[in-house]
Amino acid sequence: MKKIFQKWFPPLLAFAMALRFFAQLQTPKDKDFAFSEFGQLPVVFNGRVKPMDSVARNSLLQIRQTQTLDVEPWKSWHENHKIISADEWLANVMMNSQVADNWPVFRVDNPDLMTFLKLPEMNKTNCDGEHFSWNQIEPSLQAFDSENERVEKIESADRNAYERAVVKVHARLELYAQVKNAIEPQDSESWKSELADYFNLIPSGVAAVRAQQSGQNYDTNVFNAFASELQRFDFMSQLEPPLIIPPENSSGDWKNLGGALLDSVKGEYISPAIEKYATMADAFKNQNVTGFNSALADLRAFLVPNFSHAMAKSRAEIFFNQMQPFYNAMVIYVLAGLLAIFSWFNLSETLRRSAVWLIWLAFFIHTTGLIYRIVLQGRPPVTNLYSAAIFVGWGACLLGLILEKFHKNGIGAVVSAGIGFVTLIIAQNLALDGDTMEMMRAVLDTNFWLITHVPCVTLGYASTFVAGFLGLIYIVRGVFTKTLDEATAKSLTRMIYGIVCFATLFSFVGTVLGGIWADQSWGRFWGWDPKENGALIIVLWNALILHARWGGMIRERGLVCCAVFGNIVTSWSFFGVNMLGIGLHSYGWTDATFWWLFGFIASQLIFIALGLLPLKFWRSLHDITSA
Amino acid sequence: MLVSRLLKIFTSLRLTVVLLAFAIVLVFVGTLAQVDEGLYQAQSRYFRQWLIFGFDLFGRRIPIIFPGGYLIGTLLLINLLTAHIYRFQFTRKKIGIWLTHIGVILLLVGQLVTDMLAREMQMHFDEGQTRNYAESATDYELIFQNGDEVTSIPAKLLKPGDELKIDSLPFAIHVKAFWKNSDLNYRAPMVQNGPPMVTNGLALNFDFWPTNEVKTMDERNVPTSVIELIPPNGSLGDWAISGWSGDDALVEAIRNSYVGEVGAQMAQKISETLAQPQSIEVGGKKFTFTLRPMRFPQPFSLTLLKATHTVYPGTDIPKDFRSRVLLQNPKTGEKREVEISMNHPLRYGGLTFYQYQMTAGQLAQEAGQTPSSVLQVVRNPSWLTPYIGCALVGIGLLVQFLTHLVEFMSKQKQK
Repeated sequence: MKKIFQKWFPPLLAFAMALRFFAQLQTPKDKDFAFSEFGQLPVVFNGRVKPMDSVARNSLLQIRQTQTLDVEPWKSWHENHKIISADEWLANVMMNSQVADNWPVFRVDNPDLMTFLKLPEMNKTNCDGEHFSWNQIEPSLQAFDSENERVEKIESADRNAYERAVVKVHARLELYAQVKNAIEPQDSESWKSELADYFNLIPSGVAAVRAQQSGQNYDTNVFNAFASELQRFDFMSQLEPPLIIPPENSSGDWKNLGGALLDSVKGEYISPAIEKYATMADAFKNQNVTGFNSALADLRAFLVPNFSHAMAKSRAEIFFNQMQPFYNAMVIYVLAGLLAIFSWFNLSETLRRSAVWLIWLAFFIHTTGLIYRIVLQGRPPVTNLYSAAIFVGWGACLLGLILEKFHKNGIGAVVSAGIGFVTLIIAQNLALDGDTMEMMRAVLDTNFWLITHVPCVTLGYASTFVAGFLGLIYIVRGVFTKTLDEATAKSLTRMIYGIVCFATLFSFVGTVLGGIWADQSWGRFWGWDPKENGALIIVLWNALILHARWGGMIRERGLVCCAVFGNIVTSWSFFGVNMLGIGLHSYGWTDATFWWLFGFIASQLIFIALGLLPLKFWRSLHDITSA
Repeated sequence: MLVSRLLKIFTSLRLTVVLLAFAIVLVFVGTLAQVDEGLYQAQSRYFRQWLIFGFDLFGRRIPIIFPGGYLIGTLLLINLLTAHIYRFQFTRKKIGIWLTHIGVILLLVGQLVTDMLAREMQMHFDEGQTRNYAESATDYELIFQNGDEVTSIPAKLLKPGDELKIDSLPFAIHVKAFWKNSDLNYRAPMVQNGPPMVTNGLALNFDFWPTNEVKTMDERNVPTSVIELIPPNGSLGDWAISGWSGDDALVEAIRNSYVGEVGAQMAQKISETLAQPQSIEVGGKKFTFTLRPMRFPQPFSLTLLKATHTVYPGTDIPKDFRSRVLLQNPKTGEKREVEISMNHPLRYGGLTFYQYQMTAGQLAQEAGQTPSSVLQVVRNPSWLTPYIGCALVGIGLLVQFLTHLVEFMSKQKQK
């Protein structure tokens, strides 16, 4: 019985977790309004075609830092909160803003800014003290605009915490205004009839404007009405809202609503989508479920013939949004890591195998996510800091699994799970800045170098972290537990050595490839720019470890401590150099990321100090005279 | 005895480790220093240097003597070479190490050669303009032109207090002031206060004054100097010469900066006054003179046909910068069109042309500017060394570590 349990428990556990993952891939059914179908509409925003759902999720992430909206955050935790999806929120902002303007979506957490905006205090009826509605902010909007204008003139490096909050919250309001003006003007009451009036007005309006310009008599009423409509649409267009109006055929340019309405005056193609969107918006504003659903179906049917590709892409992206592969992988990594650590103490093979099974599952989900992103974006895996974090985690996890395959002592498993978890947490936080599949600036727009240099250098970073993590395991287990026997210690150092070799190879080749890219794009192989220097320091540090080891200058524990120091070097190169612009100026010292980095470096130094303690203070290994 | 001891030091791994440690500290400090000193200054202070006296960090001075980039690089090179000559044997097992180290040597030497021989220049042109020279981005020259005869004096020779006598010029130049970076203001006819700085030419219409030197790579210093021209028969007075007037791109920038203040027409007049060449007559010869970016003539020419700047739809994110140029070389009879874009440079005649900056696209159109393009022009005879070095090191490390791995795995199997 026990044997059967030992044999089958690990795969069964993994299977259960896999089921849990696959179960949530099901699209939630819409109860009345077809919000999930609304989410599938293709639009162009931030330079690429994407589904409404992505606009909704990314906007909500930027504005509220969550992917769903709690409409009643002031209720205490045991009460029933009304929570709505990002799609439902966006539909309301775009087509029923009177309701949406009352929802507490804007996250404001700087006390000075709260005072400036005259926001209400925390209470039990309409405010949790952190999230505020458009209507709560609106009275101070004018003052806020000019305050933002003042702050934007200050170099971003020299802004203090309050000023950074001003810029951030103002950007959130701007984004809100953008999406609010995508499907109808924010002040419209019955958009469909206003639209019809406008189209009827165009011929006489154009005639009036022509007459006015050539100094002839004209109808002032018509002229004024027409001019005010044009002004209204120009205002909308200036906000640069999502481009919802498709071109006449699949090769043209998408337009935003305001721009398309202005262009219609010039006699350009008037897309039927304008009116179909208006029908849908009116039905939604009147809370007419069947009207909304049939207008939506009509709009989708109109888009199918010419834009089937864009719609397929949208659906694929929605599937990806729902899958949340990196979040799910992260959860499984946590569980696996805990199991693996427990396995060190009771030396249970079943626990260790369970951990390994789970890590393979998480790694599978992680890889799926990675590949899905590559296909969706049509780009190599690493295109920005967010995807770099994900790729570092992926590489480290793979290395850990390989180590575990050879050594079977639960150490590789902890490395995989630990680094996988930490890097995905970091990625989750980096995603708060908005769309993680942003377009590549001209200089980065080259798949060749993105395929060669970037993954190479990130794998170099990843493996340096793996070596450091192994070092941490050695020190923690040696100093605080009795589980580090001589064999484990030996195998740990051998792992560290192997990984450092690997890290040297990848960081060196990656760095030099980066130099060659620089040479290709601006004729300077090496410019001593902070990011280049950071990478160079990693290479030098790895080379130093290897040479010191070969020359017998460091032995087992020396190698371990050097590897832990590698964590400091890598975190500095990864995040520190990005902060150079801000971090080292006086105001930057309060920057949250800086303190995280500072804390991390301090903790690593403490571990190194522990590692250097004489062996008699260690709980393991103290019967060995010298390691 | 001494030789063998020296040899022992120079071939030792200990020296390698110490040098690597020094290199890490140097790169770290040199990176931090960029915050205060700017990239260029920090580079020449820490990396292109044999010995460094004192670090300056966060506004504090740390008194220390430290090896600079050149010294560390050279010592590493010696260390590597001697170790390979005296210590290493060439065996099959060591082939990875050999390849790696040869690659590193190539990279070090290549970087040194680049440092000494590479020259970075720029080429500015509007659509339709033709250039048969590249300009320095940092250095200026004072030129005197008499007909086709051009005499060039590098601006570094203009030291205040010096008197320069040049064979081809029938007068001496007395340098009264030289400001590495300067700013200017138009002396509007009715509102000027105070007398002009000197009473000849350019200075009658413009005031100049010294400003702080710039730190970042994408800004540039614009020098201004006051010189007295002295032919044998008596002085021709003081003249102001300025980089602001000798450079089309800067004149254009000044014009644009005045448009908002005084209107397009007046701004045009101001820029024309600024660009007007100054001249003197000595012994019946007319000499036109100006201070302009140092020029490097080329035996071929490029004409900018079209500058394109596209953005992603509905955003300001640049998607593409592209210059279409006509390449003409009278010597070889070449005449062909070439596209230069980000990551796709043109390599021609020992030079490489990179897309650098651009004024084009919708924004430029709205501002009423002529589309123009700036190419970065680089002459670097050793540009290939990093490619070879990288390949060697990559292969070397791979071979070395794979050998390790295979050994380790066969050991593991035996267990």
